[in-house]
This record gives sequence, C-alpha cells and structure tokens, in this order.
Amino acid sequence: MTSDLTRARIRSAWLFLAPMLLVLALVAAWPLARTFYFSLTDAELSRFGDYGFIGLENFLAESRGVTYGILADPLWWVAVKNTLLFALVSVFFETVFGVIIALVLNASFPGRALMRAAVLIPWAIPTVVSAKMWAWMLHDQFGIVNDALLRLGLISAPVAWLASSDLALWSVVAVDVWKTTPFVALMVLAALQMLPRDCYEAARVDGIHPVRVFFHVTLPLIKPALIVAVIFRLLDAMRVFDIVYIMTGNAEATMTMSVYARQQFVDFQDVGFGSAASTLLFAAIALLTVIYLMATRADLGGRAR
Amino acid sequence: MTRLLKGAGFWLLVAAILFYLLFPFYYAVLTSLKSGSAVFQVSYWPTELDFSNYVRVFTEQPFARNILNSLLVSFAVVALSLSLGLGAAFALGRVRFRGRSTLLLTILGVSMFPQVAVLSGMFELVRGLGLYNNLLSLVLSYLIFTLPFTVWVLTTFMRNLPGEIEEAAILEGATPFVLVTRIFLPLLWPAMVTTGLLAFIVAWNEFLFALTFTLTNTQRTVPVAIALITGGSEHELPWGNIMAASVTVTVPLILLVLVFQRRLVAGLTAGAVKG
Amino acid sequence: MQISISCGAVGVELELCREGVSAWEEQTGNRVEIVSTPNSSTERLALYQQMLAAGADDIDVFQIDIVWPGILGGYFIDLAPYSDGAEKAHFPNLIENDTVDGKLVALPWWTDAGVLFYRRDLLEKHDFAPPETWAELTAIAGTVQQAEREAGNGDLWGYVWQGRAYEGLTCNGLEWIDSFGGGTIVADDGTITVNNSRAAAALDLAASWVGSISPRGVLNYDEEAARGVFQSGRAVFMRNWPYAWSLAQGQDSPVRGKVGVVALPAGSPDGQRSACLGGWHLAVSRFSEHPAEAADLVLFLTSAERQKVRAVRGSYNPTRPALYEDQEVLGVSPFFDTLYETFETANPRPARATGTRYNRVSFAFSRAIHEILSKGIEPAPRLAELERDLLRLSRGGQW
Repeated sequence: MTSDLTRARIRSAWLFLAPMLLVLALVAAWPLARTFYFSLTDAELSRFGDYGFIGLENFLAESRGVTYGILADPLWWVAVKNTLLFALVSVFFETVFGVIIALVLNASFPGRALMRAAVLIPWAIPTVVSAKMWAWMLHDQFGIVNDALLRLGLISAPVAWLASSDLALWSVVAVDVWKTTPFVALMVLAALQMLPRDCYEAARVDGIHPVRVFFHVTLPLIKPALIVAVIFRLLDAMRVFDIVYIMTGNAEATMTMSVYARQQFVDFQDVGFGSAASTLLFAAIALLTVIYLMATRADLGGRAR
Repeated sequence: MTRLLKGAGFWLLVAAILFYLLFPFYYAVLTSLKSGSAVFQVSYWPTELDFSNYVRVFTEQPFARNILNSLLVSFAVVALSLSLGLGAAFALGRVRFRGRSTLLLTILGVSMFPQVAVLSGMFELVRGLGLYNNLLSLVLSYLIFTLPFTVWVLTTFMRNLPGEIEEAAILEGATPFVLVTRIFLPLLWPAMVTTGLLAFIVAWNEFLFALTFTLTNTQRTVPVAIALITGGSEHELPWGNIMAASVTVTVPLILLVLVFQRRLVAGLTAGAVKG
Repeated sequence: MQISISCGAVGVELELCREGVSAWEEQTGNRVEIVSTPNSSTERLALYQQMLAAGADDIDVFQIDIVWPGILGGYFIDLAPYSDGAEKAHFPNLIENDTVDGKLVALPWWTDAGVLFYRRDLLEKHDFAPPETWAELTAIAGTVQQAEREAGNGDLWGYVWQGRAYEGLTCNGLEWIDSFGGGTIVADDGTITVNNSRAAAALDLAASWVGSISPRGVLNYDEEAARGVFQSGRAVFMRNWPYAWSLAQGQDSPVRGKVGVVALPAGSPDGQRSACLGGWHLAVSRFSEHPAEAADLVLFLTSAERQKVRAVRGSYNPTRPALYEDQEVLGVSPFFDTLYETFETANPRPARATGTRYNRVSFAFSRAIHEILSKGIEPAPRLAELERDLLRLSRGGQW
C-alpha cells in the first residue's frame, strides 16, 4: 500500500471516530469537567446557576476555630471506610465463589449446559430487583432467612439484618456477591477453557492431587484473566450505589461514597459539596485505573492479529 | 468407594451452587403469587396461585407505561451505541495511527466513571437542554456507560477479522464507508447482537440517573418504578406488588439471556480476557 | 385546561386526593392529573428539589411537608391575592409557618401530631391504664409483652415506632427529648441546645427499648412498617400519626375495635408532653402555566367542606379549629376532642430557625440518635459531637 493510501485511510478513520468522540465529549467529558468546576464553587440546587468561586473550601476550610469541608466531615470518612470494606470483601468472596463455580462448570457432567444457563440468571436480574428481593428475604419480621435460621435452630430470635449497624453492610455485601459472582465465574471459565490440556494429562498420570494441580498449574495460568476480572469488579464496587440505596437508603452503617455524594447534591441541595465528594471518588477510581493501565499497557497497543 | 464419595460430593456442590443462585428468584415468584396477607406467612413451597398482585401492579400505577419507557430508552440507547460504535471500532480496529492505543485507553477509562461523578454536570446539561423529566435525558446519559464498552468490544471483534477480504475490497477501490457497511457489517452481526444485548441490559437496569432525571410516574423507567412502589391501604407493605413487578420485568430478561447465552458470554469475556 | 398535582402515595391518602380532585374537576370543568410521588418524605423532597431547580412545570400544585416552606418557599407563588382571607380560618401557627418573607407560600391541608396508639383489649386484660410517662410505658409494654408471650403469643412486641435514620426518627427523638425538658435541638434564636443532660437521659431510656420491648428491626422502620406490625396484632403500643387510626379501624383490620389513642407520654409525672408537629400543606409552583386555576384548586382542597370529608373518611386532622367541634368528625375520631390541645400546641421542628439547612440538621440529628440506639453508645458524648457537627453546619450558629 502506498503512503498516500495510508494517509487517506487515517483521515477516514478519524472521520469515523468523530461522531463517537463528539457524543462522548458531550455526555462524559463536559459533565465531568463541570462537576470538577462545581466542586470549587458554592453552587446550590435551590438557586441553580447563581454561584461563586470559593476555591478548595468544599474540601477543607477553617473559620473561627471550626474546620469544615468534606475532609473534616466524619461521615465522609465513614463512607470511605464502608466503600473500601464493601469493595474488598465483596470482591474477595466473588473471586473465591467465582473460581469454584468456574471449576465446576469446567468439568464435564450431565446437565452442564443447564447449570451454565442458571449461572447467568443472577447476573441478568436488574440490580434494583435483586436488592428488593433480598430486602424481602432479609426482612426482620417476615423474611424467609430468619424463618429458616430459626427452624434450623441457628438463631434464637429474629435478626434485623438491615437495621443493625454491624450486619447491614454485610447484608448488602451478600447481595452484591450473589449478583456478581456469575460475572467472575464466566471470566474465569473463559480462561480455563483456553488452557492446554496436555499438562493436565501429565499431572493426572503422575497422580498429583487435584488440589495441588489447581494451585500449581491452573491458578498461575488463569492469573492474568483473574486479575483483570478482579480489577474490573473492584472499580465497579467502588462506585456502588443502587444496591445500597434501595436496601438501606442513606443509613450511615452502609453509606458509600456514591450515596454520600448524591445525598449532598440532592437531599441537601449542596451542588458544590456534592460535586467535591464526587470529584474525590472519581480521583480515587481514576488513580486505580491509571495504575492498572500502566501495568498492562504493553498489551493494548494490539497488533491486528 | 472414594470415587463414589467424590461423585456424591461433587453433586452436592452442584446442588448447593444451583440452590444459591436460583433460590432468591424462586422465592420472589412464590411471593408474587400469594394473596393479601398470605404474603406474611413464610412458606417454602407454592401454596396458591393468586395473580391479584400482578393485576394490582398494572392497575395501581402506570406500570405498563413504565415498561414501555424502559423499552424505548433501551432500544434508543442500543441503536445509538451500535451506530456510533461501529464506525469507531472500524477506525480503532483496522487502521493504525498515532495515539490509537491512548484513545482506546481513554475510552475504556470512561467506562470506569462513577456515575455520581457526572451527576451534577449532567444535571446542568439536562436542565440546559430542557430535557428534565424527559426520556431523552436518560438516552443521553446512558451513553456514558454503553458507548465505551460497545466501542471496546466491537474493536476486539473487528481486530480478529481476517485481513484478506478487506485488502481485496480496497484493491477494487472500495471507499471506507462501503468497507464498513458492506464488508464488515455482515461479518460483525454476531458481535453487534452481543454488544447490543449487553447495552440493552445496562440501559434496562440503570437506576441513579433515572432516579435523578425523571420525576413523574408516567416518565419513570422500570427500576425507579419498582423502587418507589409504596403501600396500599391494606395493612401491609406491598411486598406482593413489588415482587410481582420484579418478576414481570425479570422473566423476559432471563429468557433473553438464556436464548443468547453463548453470545453474551463471548461478549462479556471479549472485553476483558486478552487473547 | 389541565393542571397536575402531586399528592400522597399511600392508599387512603391517594384515594382521598383523587376524590377531592374529582369534585373540583366536576365543579370547574378543568382536568387534573395526579402525579404520585414517593412515600418517604426525604425522597419526596429530593424529587421536588431537583424538579424545581430544573424549572420543570410538570407539577402545578405541590403537597409539601410542614417543614419545607423554609426550604422551597422561593419556588412558590404568593397565595394571598387568591385566598380572599381564607387563611384566617386555619390554626394561626400553621399560617405563620406558611408565611415566608411576608408571602403566603402554602395553605395547610391537614395537620398532624405524633400520638400513641395502644391495644385497649390487652391493657384491659392486664389491668393497666394508658401510660402517663415514658417510664410507665416501658414497664407496661414489658409486662404485657412477657405475659402474652408466655401465653403463646410469641410474635408480640411491646412498642413499635419509627427508628430508621430519616425524618421520622427526628420526630420521635424530638418528642422524647422535649418531653424530658431537653429542648428542640435548636432554639428559635438559632442557639444549639441539643447537648444537655435531659436529652441524654431521654435517649438512654429509648436505647433501652431496642431489643427488649421493641424489635431490633425497629431501627429500620418507617411509619408504614410500624403500622404493619401494630395492625397485624404484633405490638401493644405504637407511636404514629393519626392517619393510622382509620386504617386500624378498617373492615379487614385484625385489631379493629381494639385500639385506643392518647397523647404521647411525658418525661416525668409532672413533666410536659410533647408531640412533633407534622402535616401537609399545598403550594403552587411559580413555574405553573395556570397559577390562577392551581390556586383555586388549593383553596378548594383546603376548604372546610373537603377537610371534613378527609377527617371523616381518613381521620386526617383538619387545620381549622371549627371542625374540631363538628359532631360527625368527632364521631369517627373521638380522640380529636380529647387531643385537641395536642394538635393545637404540637411542637414545630426547628425548621424556621435553621432555614434551608434544616434538612442537614435533621439528618445529623437522626443519624446521631440512630447511632446511639443501634450501637449502644453513651448518649452524652455523642450529643456533644452532634453539637460540634451543628456548629460546623451553621457556620458557628449563624445559620
């Protein structure tokens, strides 16, 4: 191909990219930039469009001996702690369960196709519906979870899963685990199915215990895929909103950064403060993303295979 | 003997996994088919088949309208994402130019946005365009999620197409536009169906923007409608209604997923597993 | 001519709203669309705020909570030019509440005060009179709960209320603290008063209920959840709004004919009783394209005639003193007479003193209470922390 042709191709490539880039600029870049800007203002919902620049006061400020701003708000730190706990714990369990389910699906047994279909069901159910379903199952007076545990004699009195400050976050985690384990399982399964069969044969002939095979052969081989799935899930869990909001509303025990930011913005009408909280959340996620991309950048330049 | 035990253990594990995955939905269906106060009696097996909850869901609120809203928004989002994404995927997948991988990474980065981060900016935009409490505001805002991964997944598929066809077409003097619409589109149909489905599910399930940008019950989408179902005058929280509404919107989705499961799995893993 | 109104989402409320609206439609020939809004007042306010901030004209007539005129007042038209003096027939303190910067931004639709529901049959069976103080309530609830459970009524609880961290808990907390003489969080002049030993004592008592006479789940209850438990016969006492009366007396109610209503208990035998002033008002959006018709609808719905229908059909408290002498109204809700004083002098939340920040104050307060109740921490240090939070919110008490 001549370089003229190449140049023409590149020109047309940009032409093809333009509409998509324009739309992304409108719906993502612009609102994001505005949110950053609002975080430096005292904008309020009740007089939208009439605001002044106040620098970093939404983040931290001091006047007459009282510090205020997000970084001085104990609730913000509660939300940060909850978010991290939620993300780490739920992703941990999702990974463990996901790997187990993937290993089962990777074995050949009658009814495997049926089971693979079943795995997709929790993933397909809308998050709002999942949250409502579980909220109903965990209901302290009429919930089936308490009923079953009472019958089995594991608890002596009904437990208020969503009302008690020590259990509420774990209840929400349980719902998230149920909902997203299938995603991890499918990722891991895809990786498992690409593994070469021959080393397994060798291991089987040598009579090595399956558990050892898993830890010494399988795990190292699926690690890259697993790490990708875990990172995706972590970033996703960091911004969790709907499960928490539907199950426990704005309660402190489960408040995550997203819930906090929305509450400031909508319930308290403080656009500036809410935007500042959003900006911090964005910064945290962006940092994680950049670190991850730096680590894997080499693979993405991607030659057309 | 150990073999037998192992076999039994394996089947127990399978049973446990299936129970864990399917029980909540089974219980939702069970609850939705109970009448009035029977809802508050815990039972493990279907005791009655009472469809009054379903009738109430559709008569007490404009639930049919909510479903229609969700469908309209989801289809519009899918159509926009695919048409915008196809051209972009061609450029990113078949043409080498400087800054390509940076661009791809930026697009991937957008899909990692926390929704809340654009909430106030988006609110201003929606307000400025006069789209508040209008389904178009949702179509617009959902593109944030669907467009990046549509581009990403389609690019992955695009790259894996053989190069010979393209070269032959170029030698015959086909313009890029012809190339995309005549050559790639037919080859990419399966991938389009996959990404379209994924985009559909994302749009169908979205909650935060729908909660913030719609207000009246006739403009609400299904997730918000379900979240805001409130009690009737009977002495009960409308759990029966909520479950009926939940089952109503979930069953079609589950059927869709089961019919297209292979494609969906391919699409889900295409973006993430680097082959 | 088509206008739209937002009114309650709960069954009877919605029914009565629909009925009142239809009567107006018939009278004027206009069409009204009812927009149902969420049941939780926190959510409803959030939606209103977004909508009004966006300048949307989807709703002409807003049903607003008594504490919202200060927050939303700027978005509403002055009703005085349309009212022809109608506001003079309402309770003066409500009209004062609805007057923001000299503008009459809303008219009261019904008033509300926290009251105590009790199971008359159970109290008679165990030979108790309704409690005069919180300590008495604690003792009676404990005794009856234990006796009934031993007799095989294993599901029974002594006392249910609103313990979720939201506006309802703000009201409950205010009633406890105020009845112990611990003030109302913020005084009328903006001074923060919540950090005192009486408030701590009240919260100590309330914290002792959770898990003993109240289910732990009460910490996630709103009005309807509490009513669900009480009305299915699973509670001896319930703190709720009067609306629960007609529902508890409904045809299909398991506790029909077994319920009594009294004022909430006092903190001490010679102490004061306190009831949180609630209720809903109607306002007209300034983005409305038909303000005159919308104002007419508001005047129609808040008229004596319509308020009487609501009182008789749904035990919604009128906002007009005259209706408290109406035999028909009293026939349905006899406690309107005995509790007249409660309704007339119910305690406003500190919404006026805190203006647009009321929401944040209420959230900080209910959060603190929820923490004290759920984590079993000492009230006093937490109240001190709350005081610091409020100082920060108010930029040093200036609001």
